[in-house]
Amino acid sequence: MSARTEVERRTEAGRPTPPVSRSSHARTFSRGFAAKVVLMALVNALGVYVILAAWAAESYGVLAAMVALVVAADYVYFSRRTLPLKYLLPGLAFLLVYQVFVVAYTGYVALTNYGDGHNSTKEDAVEALLIQNERRVEGSAAYPLVVLDDGGELAFAIADDGEVRVGRAETPLETAEEAVVSDGVITEVPGYEVLPRQAVLERQAEVTALRVPVSDDPADGSIRTQDARNGYVFVSTLAYDEAADTMTDTLTGTVYTPNDEGMFEAPDGTTLPVGWKVFVGLENFATAFGDARYSGPFLQVLLWTLAFAVLSVVTTFLLGLFLAMVFNDERVRGRKIYRTLLILPYAFPGFLAALLWSGLLNRRFGFINSVLLGGAEIPWLTDPWLAKLSVLGVNLWLGFPYMFLICTGALQSIPKDVLEAAKIDGASRFRTWRSVVLPLLMVSTAPLLISSFAFNFNNFNLIYMLTGGGPRMADASVPIGHTDILISMVYSISGLDGTADKNYGLASALSIVIFLIVATISVISFRRTRSLEEIN
Amino acid sequence: MRRSITLAAAVGMTMALAACGGETPEADTTAEPAAGATSAPAGDGGTLTIWTDETRQEAVEAAATAFEEETGATVATVLKNFEDIRADFLAQVPTGEGPDITVGAHDWLGEMTANGVVAPIELGDKASEFETVAIEAFTQDGQVYGLPYAVENIGLIRNTALAAEAPATWDDAVAAGQAAGTKYPLLIQVSEEGDPYTMYPLQTSFGAPVFVQNEDGSYSPELALGGEPGNAFAQWLAEQGQAGTLDTAITYDIAVEAFANGESPFIIGGPWMIASFEGLDLAVDPIPSAGGEPAQPFAGVQGFYVNAKSENALLANDFLVNFMSTEEAQLALYEAGDRPPALVAAADTASSDPVTAGFREVGTDAVPMPSIPEMGAVWNFWGVTEAAIVSGSQEPVAAWEKMVSDIQGALDAA
Repeated sequence: MSARTEVERRTEAGRPTPPVSRSSHARTFSRGFAAKVVLMALVNALGVYVILAAWAAESYGVLAAMVALVVAADYVYFSRRTLPLKYLLPGLAFLLVYQVFVVAYTGYVALTNYGDGHNSTKEDAVEALLIQNERRVEGSAAYPLVVLDDGGELAFAIADDGEVRVGRAETPLETAEEAVVSDGVITEVPGYEVLPRQAVLERQAEVTALRVPVSDDPADGSIRTQDARNGYVFVSTLAYDEAADTMTDTLTGTVYTPNDEGMFEAPDGTTLPVGWKVFVGLENFATAFGDARYSGPFLQVLLWTLAFAVLSVVTTFLLGLFLAMVFNDERVRGRKIYRTLLILPYAFPGFLAALLWSGLLNRRFGFINSVLLGGAEIPWLTDPWLAKLSVLGVNLWLGFPYMFLICTGALQSIPKDVLEAAKIDGASRFRTWRSVVLPLLMVSTAPLLISSFAFNFNNFNLIYMLTGGGPRMADASVPIGHTDILISMVYSISGLDGTADKNYGLASALSIVIFLIVATISVISFRRTRSLEEIN
Repeated sequence: MRRSITLAAAVGMTMALAACGGETPEADTTAEPAAGATSAPAGDGGTLTIWTDETRQEAVEAAATAFEEETGATVATVLKNFEDIRADFLAQVPTGEGPDITVGAHDWLGEMTANGVVAPIELGDKASEFETVAIEAFTQDGQVYGLPYAVENIGLIRNTALAAEAPATWDDAVAAGQAAGTKYPLLIQVSEEGDPYTMYPLQTSFGAPVFVQNEDGSYSPELALGGEPGNAFAQWLAEQGQAGTLDTAITYDIAVEAFANGESPFIIGGPWMIASFEGLDLAVDPIPSAGGEPAQPFAGVQGFYVNAKSENALLANDFLVNFMSTEEAQLALYEAGDRPPALVAAADTASSDPVTAGFREVGTDAVPMPSIPEMGAVWNFWGVTEAAIVSGSQEPVAAWEKMVSDIQGALDAA
């Protein structure tokens, strides 16, 4: 309340500010307040929708985060004490969702063995193993089957050699003497209601889960059905002991216990096929650096990635700067047309352009070789060095318009009086350019060059669409090519391209390593660019 | 301004969180439930969701109509890119999303079972009504995991106007091609990354299959592509590369276009190419042997998988076992995709078309593409090595032996 009295005191004291603009929408029922209520109602409605959806999907992490965000939003926009937060909240929320959550989740996955064979939770793995190891008794008959209901409890009736046999989960099959069969279909069983198709479908989960023992001896197996039309005798070869948390092979008696790697393991070291996701600590990082198959090529790829990122930035910047200076000279006629034309490569979607170029550069059928070079079969994309050159060349074509744009902007923002002062001081054109124009230009473009470096460091699109990382390194024992950069290497060695077992844990660990490299280089570069600002 | 930022933020946030909450499948639902859904009894029979790709969608929906009429269930097909299905299915099933049924290829099986996302289906006596190779392909450890609907394999497609007779051996084919006086003696896609699938029959003709095959047709994870036969094949690749009959510049598109233009009497390829060859008089023959033994192509089987966590398991199994295994449904899928049906009765009907009959005939020699998870480690090295040998950039035997040891290394590391 002290805030309110403060405001009142001030207005009473005759401050020039009109009271309307000083008061919050939260306290006056103006049109602005109405609009705010409507908008906040929308925000809350969406929030509640997500909360309910998360509840239904049992994603409690998302639910908690959403509750916190909705509460925070309501507090911030209806409280009087949170003026700065009103401006910060949207940005903070984005930061949380798009940055903090993603980074934290990547970090979490990097510490697990999430990947093929370890795709889900332990409950899922147990369930999958049980259904995979329940099989039809070889050579056993197919029985026409109907589903029966007795006051809520389900039972199966099967037609076996002219007689009808009925059983429930706890009661083995026994012959029902007075059952009626017409056209091979059981239509009536005394004491039970034969469930119609609709009713069966409403209780699908119960029907598919029902196992009716064939006899008192469990080894004879049990009747189950997958389509409620035919029943088969199944025996389960694996049994899960919930209390002991072990899997037992009922045929051999082997007991499988869960191991540290998220698999059921027998004493002799054999494992059951389906595993689950477990925490493995820094193992993925150890694999990334310790596996001899990776470490050699890794260094080669790292060097090429650095060279590719640096050279891409330097070449595109130099060409862009040169053109910007040329077309910034008032003596050039038709500058607008030229400038428009120069922007064209920038307007193309990058991945499409890379794909087009890979066609243009085809050794035999590409436009460059077959038309421009008169049929010379130059292996632009299949020779290690030429492929690197092609990658840089295509990236130059794609990237210089951006540099051209920012350089043009920076050049035009340099104050004319500074240039005139240099002229009056008697500086030559070159001297003016070197000592005045270039430093001023660098102040505004250096941060963009660093972000361009970070972008090219992870320029997956270009590599994937142009060369696919190829040509393959002949001496490497993992699928890595001469033009692979770190991110495309991660994509292929972690199996995300579908050619090997997927390993999301390893992929996450490697992307964290890449992040650390890019972050370090960027931080150092940003520190350095500060010295440029002293020029101002 | 401030409010619009707030709103945008809230909307963005909500969407992002909703995405995290697993709401994405709804965005994928580009197709409405089948048109027949409205005429079926109101959806108290539950809804069955099926992932399918564009070519198969219509055929699946046609089969669904009969099913909807009988059971009162609604079948909703969701259109997806075939290439996306495998990864999306693996990612979504553990979260409880994903369809009840998805279309898929048999060689996904190893990955699907290792991740526990598919449930076995019991075909009962119906199993004997399918082509043996189709059931074998979907069988793992004695359990059948999918309902097959098409078997596909490559063969030698011949332009009868340019070559009157089927060649018996590779050398005959090359000679016949040269005699025809066309630009290429024969066409086979190699491409810069190699195409081991298309080259496989030639490799088997040297007696070098990729994995050791057990007696029951399943594969053991023991490599068989090395040794003397493998090296002989590598040597042969290098010779053909030098002679120009194999060429890494020939990609699928180039090969198909050249054949369509009459630039070669022969092309090694599958039924999916036929649509591009309209107007040509075609015959399909067994692939000529290069190494003396029979040239066995891979058989790929297409089918439907059931989600291991489906809440509609009964409905899904009923639909597949009792409705998609009918001759009518299998023929509808054949019309849609041109691949010979997996159901014998349907395949017999489809064989009235000589091209389909030809592929089916070649397919009797085919071996199922290995579906064991180990296969994933092979593709990565196989093709590029073949391409490197054909282009002459690597010494054939050394490169082939290094490939075998690299694959073994990848298998051991996994």
